[in-house]
Amino acid sequence: MVGSNRLSSRIVFLYIPLALFTIFLLFPFYWMLIISLKPNSLLLNTRVNPLYLTEFTLRHYRYLFENTDFPRWAWNTAVVTFGATLLSLTCSILMGYALGRFRFKGGNLMGTAVFLAYLIPPTLLFIPLSQVVVRFGIYNEYWALILTYPTFLIPFASWLLMGYFRTIPRELEECAMIDGASRIQAMRRIILPLALPGVLSAAIFSFTLSWNEFLYALVFMGSGHMKTIPVGTVNDLIRADVFQWGPLMAAAVLGSVPVAVVYMFFVDHYVSGMTAGAVKG
Amino acid sequence: MAEVIYDHVTKRFDSVVAVNDLTLEVEDGEFLVLVGPSGCGKTTALRCLAGLEEVTSGDIVIGDRVVTHIPPKDRDIAMVFQNYALYPHMTVYDNMAFGLKLRKVPKQEIDRRVKEAAEILGIQDLLNRKPRQLSGGQRQRVALGRAIVREPQVFLMDEPLSNLDAKLRVQTRGELIKLQRRLGVTTIYVTHDQVEAMTMGHRIAVMNQGVLQQLDTPENLYDRPANLFVATFIGSPAMNIFPAQVVGGDGTVQLVAGDVKLEAPPSHRNRLADYVGREVLVGIRPEDLEVVAGNPESEGGDTVRLPVELIEPLGAETLVHLRGPAGTLIAQGEPRIHLDPGDVVTIRVRKDHLHTFDPQTELALF
Repeated sequence: MVGSNRLSSRIVFLYIPLALFTIFLLFPFYWMLIISLKPNSLLLNTRVNPLYLTEFTLRHYRYLFENTDFPRWAWNTAVVTFGATLLSLTCSILMGYALGRFRFKGGNLMGTAVFLAYLIPPTLLFIPLSQVVVRFGIYNEYWALILTYPTFLIPFASWLLMGYFRTIPRELEECAMIDGASRIQAMRRIILPLALPGVLSAAIFSFTLSWNEFLYALVFMGSGHMKTIPVGTVNDLIRADVFQWGPLMAAAVLGSVPVAVVYMFFVDHYVSGMTAGAVKG
Repeated sequence: MAEVIYDHVTKRFDSVVAVNDLTLEVEDGEFLVLVGPSGCGKTTALRCLAGLEEVTSGDIVIGDRVVTHIPPKDRDIAMVFQNYALYPHMTVYDNMAFGLKLRKVPKQEIDRRVKEAAEILGIQDLLNRKPRQLSGGQRQRVALGRAIVREPQVFLMDEPLSNLDAKLRVQTRGELIKLQRRLGVTTIYVTHDQVEAMTMGHRIAVMNQGVLQQLDTPENLYDRPANLFVATFIGSPAMNIFPAQVVGGDGTVQLVAGDVKLEAPPSHRNRLADYVGREVLVGIRPEDLEVVAGNPESEGGDTVRLPVELIEPLGAETLVHLRGPAGTLIAQGEPRIHLDPGDVVTIRVRKDHLHTFDPQTELALF
């Protein structure tokens, strides 16, 4: 029915559900945005419609930059996110390739084990991990998160990439190896360019998760200047039972900008189909 | 250019023996076809030669080098894959130049070789295109071109024509033969299509279940098949096979199947002598069963009368299905022959072309 050409049925079965879905998904962002721009006097005023913006102010944003450590939190988050993403991606590419391509003893078992590791909830894993972090002497340092985030990034990313590598015809790299490439060269010059959509998906996944991560960041890197945006926001903008709604929402808006930018920038690459034409068709 | 030797090569996948003790010598400049039904080990044999599969035992020699444990990139071979395996993110030019770039061939030389190969194959105008912008036939040519520019010692081809449509396949087949004769590069060609095998190969190696059945010229394979498998695999429609009792007496040997009696030709008497009183398998190709017009009386024991089951007019010939002593026999008749199912026709058997096989070993009796 979705594929139907009749306009009326398309409206009823396609556009109206899509519109409702979009509103449902976008409303929290809209709410976040208007609150971050509302003067305090209007925030708790019940006599004006809360859905409109009658006057707006950038006070909350200024407050964020002048009275809190927000720029430092942003920097911390960026360092940790890029570090963890890079590390996870490197490991996941190698692991996904090995699991996807080679037949070796225990290969399947290893694949399953990696996936099972992903199923252990971080709320349990952080207890033993905190021991590790402390013993390594990296508590409250960037490494504390750069090394622990991969525990949940690598399992998923390597499974995603394993699936992607398997879609690339084996003959392509065999041909490259006969043409004179070593396995590493074949991987770098033939497989990786073709797996780019998969690699980007894995990268976006890692980026988003690292950027928004809360629990490990709170436990392993939550003191002084070393907070990330999610931890800093919650720690410093909620004082006991006082919620500073304006700055909170401003921080949330700014915090979600990089993720939105990353998605927009790479969305074209999500479109697969780069292997079209490689083999018969 | 070089000769290729398989020396007792065996390849096992876990418990499955894909290639069993293959010994094979391919001469310098020869076009050798590996043919057999799917799963017979022909592709595995080729992949072992390419170095894409590690052999379980035995040795492989290319030229004067034992390459058994040498990686594919150092074997100096080029391979054309069934699905062409063109690099989709590179232009035709880069596809062809890729191997040369990896080998650090000077840029000018790469350019010369790519353009030369493109000219041979008539794809000069396609050099800047990406593979997805090419038709099946063009992709096939690019895959060939990529092999040619390398100027390797051996070409390996794994069913390179099977993805083309029928007409293009016949045309490309001819071009491929000419190309190979012109370049003179030792070529090993895998196919399951016995017509390709017969038309292309200097020699043909027939494989079944991992075992080499016969290695010979197309003519010999057709006229002197070594065993029942080769006899029925090569030729279309396939050779008729039926069991017959060997009956000896006063200097003659007769093959008796039901009420059909054939006197064995003199050339067969010696080999059949040991089988008197026993059963053999008799093979006769459809074109060696001649449908005789009219109703002549028996002429010296080389004619039989059989009822017609079915007529298949193919244009250039007519296949006549006959109810034989043990199952259907197919005779290849003249075009535009007028017969109906149920007619009883006289069939002249060209006894010089009879084949006989041992029913146990299935080996041909010579």
